Amino acid sequence: MNKNMKILIVDDFSTMRRIIKNLLRDLGFTNTQEADDGLTALPLLQSGNFEFLITDWNMPGMQGIDLLKAVRADDKLKGLPVLMVTAESKRDQIVEAAQAGVNGYVVKPFTAGTLEEKINKIFERVAA
Amino acid sequence: MAESAVQIDDKLELARSLVNHLESGDDDGAVSVIAELAGFRDSMLFQEVGRLTRELHDSINGFVMDAQLADIAQNEMPNAAERLRYVIATTEQAANTTLGAVEDSLPLADSLRSDARHLGDQWAKFKSRQLTVDDFRDLSNELSRFLDVTQANTDELHQKLSEVLLAQGYQDITGQIIRKVIDLVNDVESKLVELIRLSGHRAKLTDKAGDKAAKDIEAQGPAVPGVDKGDMVNGQDDVDDLLSSLGF
Repeated sequence: MNKNMKILIVDDFSTMRRIIKNLLRDLGFTNTQEADDGLTALPLLQSGNFEFLITDWNMPGMQGIDLLKAVRADDKLKGLPVLMVTAESKRDQIVEAAQAGVNGYVVKPFTAGTLEEKINKIFERVAA
Repeated sequence: MAESAVQIDDKLELARSLVNHLESGDDDGAVSVIAELAGFRDSMLFQEVGRLTRELHDSINGFVMDAQLADIAQNEMPNAAERLRYVIATTEQAANTTLGAVEDSLPLADSLRSDARHLGDQWAKFKSRQLTVDDFRDLSNELSRFLDVTQANTDELHQKLSEVLLAQGYQDITGQIIRKVIDLVNDVESKLVELIRLSGHRAKLTDKAGDKAAKDIEAQGPAVPGVDKGDMVNGQDDVDDLLSSLGF
């Protein structure tokens, strides 16, 4: 796994973006950028050569699930690994995210270990 | 409510006949005219009470029929209370996690600082050739022990700081919950305004000064910027100033 890959963190709460950014730095990923909802994230993704997307679900503007669907519908972006980190914990929602093509789903509140494990899993599968 | 010209003419007519009856000493006639005049007032009063009653009845019916309102009362309000209790529990947990990590971390940092200071003194003596061979052997042992402790302590500090970092996730969680409660409060507010508009446009919304004074003594909770305006203290300095002005 390339620790220098460009990662986009999308969450409407800046505290959560900082938490994820710091956890990623702890794991050796320092090349991160942030966006506060799907509407600002999508143009960044389309123009930015990102290799990994971590997104919240519940956001004003464009929700994480719609961002995920937009990514999967975009020829250039459809292969982008997406990890959802969200407080949305209804079964139906997790199923919907899975059907939309999410690569991992972390429910808040989460631990550093959980985040690391999901990221590792995603890139093991991507590499395989 | 304007009285019709007919009613006023009728009353004038009655008043004149009342004067005539009184002037001619006809008490029975005067009493019957007075009763007729009172009848006017009573019938107006009954009409008005009837109209108000009908309005109130319609308003209450319309209000009770509003299914959304029933849902607010039966489900959403208790839910909101529960959500806010969860906010309290979540913030308390985050505060305790953070405080715990800080309390665990401070002694680790303190021990590193005091060991480093001691070794620094010894190292300075070594450089100015004040140490015997035995002293140097001790210093060497202390140094290698210090390096081990430093590694262990900084590992633990790193772990504690990560705990603090993660604990801040409460802000996101509680923020989302509070947003929901705000939506509900706005909803209830608009329903209440509707109720006042429907049934209470005659009722005067008097501000009972006595009630308000009693309320101010009750706990108000933390000051919320943009909500709690007016006579609030702004930080600990204000509190200290206020207390000292009171002779504390």
